[in-house]
Amino acid sequence: MDLRFTPEEIAFRDDLRRFFREKVPAEIRKKVAEGRHLDKEDIVTSQRILNAAGLATPNWPVAWGGKDWTPVQRYIFTEELQRAAVPLPLQFNVFMVGPVIATFGSEEQKRKFLPATANVDIWWCQGFSEPGAGSDLASLRTTAEKRDGKYVVSGQKAWTTLGQHADWIFCLVRTDKSAKKQKGISFLLIDMKSPGITVRPVITIDGAHEVNEVFFDDVEVPEENLVGEENKGWDYAKFLLANERTGIARIGLSKQRLARAKRLARETEAGGGTLWDDTDFRRRVAELEVGLKALEITQMRVVANQTKRDADKPDPASSILKIKGSELQQLTTELLLEVAGPYAIPAPDHEQPEGWNEPAVSPEWADAAAPLYFNYRKVSIYGGSNEIQRNIIAKAFLGL
Amino acid sequence: MDFDLTEEQRLLKESIDRFAADNARDPAAHGTAPDIWPQLAELGVLALPFSEEDGGIGGGPVETMIVMEALGRGLITAPYLPSVVLGGGFLRLGGNAAQKAEFIPQVAEGSLKMAFAQLEKGSRYDLYDVSTTAKRDGGDFVLDGRKGVVLGGDDAGLLVVTARTAGSRRDHDGITLFLVDAEAPGVSRRGSAAQDGTRVAEIAFDGVRVPAGRVLGEVDGGLPLAGHVVDVALAALCADSLGAMEELQRVTVDYLKTRQQFGVPIASFQALQHRAADMLVAVEQARSMAVYAAMMAEETDILTRRPAIAAAKAQVNRSGRQVGQEAVQLHGGIAMTWEYKAGHYFKRLTTNDVIFGDTDHHLRAVMQEGGLVEEV
Ligand SMILES: Cc1cc2nc3c(=O)[nH]c(=O)nc-3n(C[C@H](O)[C@H](O)[C@H](O)COP(=O)(O)OP(=O)(O)OC[C@H]3O[C@@H](n4cnc5c(N)ncnc54)[C@H](O)[C@@H]3O)c2cc1C
Ligand SMILES: Cc1cc2nc3c(=O)[nH]c(=O)nc-3n(C[C@H](O)[C@H](O)[C@H](O)COP(=O)(O)OP(=O)(O)OC[C@H]3O[C@@H](n4cnc5c(N)ncnc54)[C@H](O)[C@@H]3O)c2cc1C
Repeated sequence: MDLRFTPEEIAFRDDLRRFFREKVPAEIRKKVAEGRHLDKEDIVTSQRILNAAGLATPNWPVAWGGKDWTPVQRYIFTEELQRAAVPLPLQFNVFMVGPVIATFGSEEQKRKFLPATANVDIWWCQGFSEPGAGSDLASLRTTAEKRDGKYVVSGQKAWTTLGQHADWIFCLVRTDKSAKKQKGISFLLIDMKSPGITVRPVITIDGAHEVNEVFFDDVEVPEENLVGEENKGWDYAKFLLANERTGIARIGLSKQRLARAKRLARETEAGGGTLWDDTDFRRRVAELEVGLKALEITQMRVVANQTKRDADKPDPASSILKIKGSELQQLTTELLLEVAGPYAIPAPDHEQPEGWNEPAVSPEWADAAAPLYFNYRKVSIYGGSNEIQRNIIAKAFLGL
Repeated sequence: MDFDLTEEQRLLKESIDRFAADNARDPAAHGTAPDIWPQLAELGVLALPFSEEDGGIGGGPVETMIVMEALGRGLITAPYLPSVVLGGGFLRLGGNAAQKAEFIPQVAEGSLKMAFAQLEKGSRYDLYDVSTTAKRDGGDFVLDGRKGVVLGGDDAGLLVVTARTAGSRRDHDGITLFLVDAEAPGVSRRGSAAQDGTRVAEIAFDGVRVPAGRVLGEVDGGLPLAGHVVDVALAALCADSLGAMEELQRVTVDYLKTRQQFGVPIASFQALQHRAADMLVAVEQARSMAVYAAMMAEETDILTRRPAIAAAKAQVNRSGRQVGQEAVQLHGGIAMTWEYKAGHYFKRLTTNDVIFGDTDHHLRAVMQEGGLVEEV
């Protein structure tokens, strides 16, 4: 038993540290550090820098630009990327549709989509959830009917994150209405420019335009855009969701936020000294740090075990990481909110009325604290809500 | 980075796990529990942490973790923590050649038990809060004072005692550690049963003469050594609590599957399922920190070791509270009874919680060291 990294792993880590800080523009990393919304440009720029260095898609097969890293190297990569406040590579591209196409797609699809996906020449969005299909995803009702060698898609997708930027959407659609719930679902790739698609923004409680509704009105999709086999989409979706959950703990990100909250607390005046002198505050920091350290080791245990596990067995560890990881992410945003204190009250610039041009009362970083806190309530809802994770632990692991 | 046990550690784990299962304490049994100390000696676990040149087996904190986890799982009350981990820890980390040669073989073979007499009225968890005095008298020291809640104190043959040789009550300097024969004139003990089935003692020292050769480590400079040995013991305690939690969680899940109410197993109620799932999360968080504590226990740089061990104890305590309370609740009335084992795991977790510092104490320590995470 040994928790230390080898000298090679430390060198690997230090190279990445240097790379992230030297190559990814400081303005972009500052936005991430402050938890501000990123423009499309920011995400594309940052991912292209990674891609040029072969670092955008380490989780893909080597033949398609992946790395044959050890689990420990993967862990270090994710941790360092997050601690350096580099934007996460576009999840939909890198962790969702990319691996699905690489694993189940045709050669033609791989050639057409994978390089462009790695470089965000194609921006993907995820069309799984629907108004009536949230946790119970398999109850989805968007249909795709085969007509003259084409699929004709009708229905509505909900919660489509960053769909406003998307060139393509990967969708779960019902291709067999007579089959049992999970059986009649297929995985379709759809060009967002297709006639019949309407994207309607949905503004979230933090005032941001992050999610959308996407309507499909008899949208024609060429047959070759089906991934794998018809009516096997649920299997590919499960594969995708399992990928989504690895790295869901976002420990590097929480560490980065926590460290930042501590620095800001030392700079924030309170009680005649600084907020850091307040032992009640520091105690809560300590509590959070303890939980985070425990989760970090839990994550390391999972990583160290990855090579040995039977990949087909349900892994309760990923549910544990999801539950605790999301809770800690939320707690760190709560902590930042409390550091901002009264300065969390004013809304950020983009929520001010047109033409508003007043100097801010709050420190520059503080107006992002409340929106971030509001926004992060999402992390225990999506990716399989924390209640669903508890169901998984109870059923698959405890046998209840 | 790996979490694998070596072949030797695996064998140790197999044998101590089997031993603990065979000798698991039956809390419902009345009368005195059989003395398993000779069997532990025979298994070699009493010699485990000592180096081979001192007559031991050369195990480290991972080996101690393996043993303590098994003892916790089996609710075993033998004084492994006071005698081998604490007493043995003082000899290993602070004893001079003569002291090691004299005492380690006896501890390792089980003929001598040790205990750490530290706590005083009002000192709570502060190791440096010492009023017991040791005054020089010729070549000897003379000890006067009173120690309480000494773990395993009533049948130990050799005590490690903290006493003040300089300074005043809460000074960090001026504390000296002494090896004191428990039968020496002037030592009087009052034993008591403890909540977890172990025994503790109150020990009075009235003009007890201790030769200078029985000073452990430096005169006036005993605190760092005591701090290190207590950290080693805290890591061991984390493993003990982990073992207790694992078993309690398992027992609870089994019970949910068998207990029927409303015509169905109560395991079918989601309100209980989610709480059982949260218990598992708590156990896994505790396991991670018990491992972490074992990795950090022998770290000599106090600024690295202290916050790590404190964090581990804080997490294990918190998990232990949750698992203990939830286990009782999920069982319903049966866990309130002495006859049933769940309550006894709950009690062990509760006493472990306050040994060498409760959650508040350890969070304060994490806080004082500035915490665990900084910007890179
Ligand atoms: C900000 C944001 C971005 C998102 N982005 C995308 C995206 O890009 N693409 C996409 O496809 N989807 C996306 N989602 C959708 C997300 O996957 C769903 O929100 C999620 O599946 C939960 O569904 P729901 O919101 O309909 O809640 P519901 O399923 O209606 O759940 C409501 C409540 O009931 C609980 N619950 C539900 N079922 C059970 C059960 N069996 N046992 C116990 N409790 C239960 C839930 O935990 C929750 O607390 C996003 C969601 C959010 C909030
Ligand atoms: C100290 C003590 C004194 C008592 N004194 C008396 C007395 O004087 N007279 C008397 O008649 N009784 C007495 N009782 C019995 C008491 O009323 C029962 O313990 C209580 O009704 C719970 O039943 P149970 O213990 O069998 O637990 P169970 O009913 O087996 O419940 C076990 C667990 O399952 C949960 N559970 C059960 N059903 C559901 C459900 N539908 N949904 C979700 N969760 C569920 C429970 O909350 C509990 O966590 C006493 C109990 C105790 C502990």
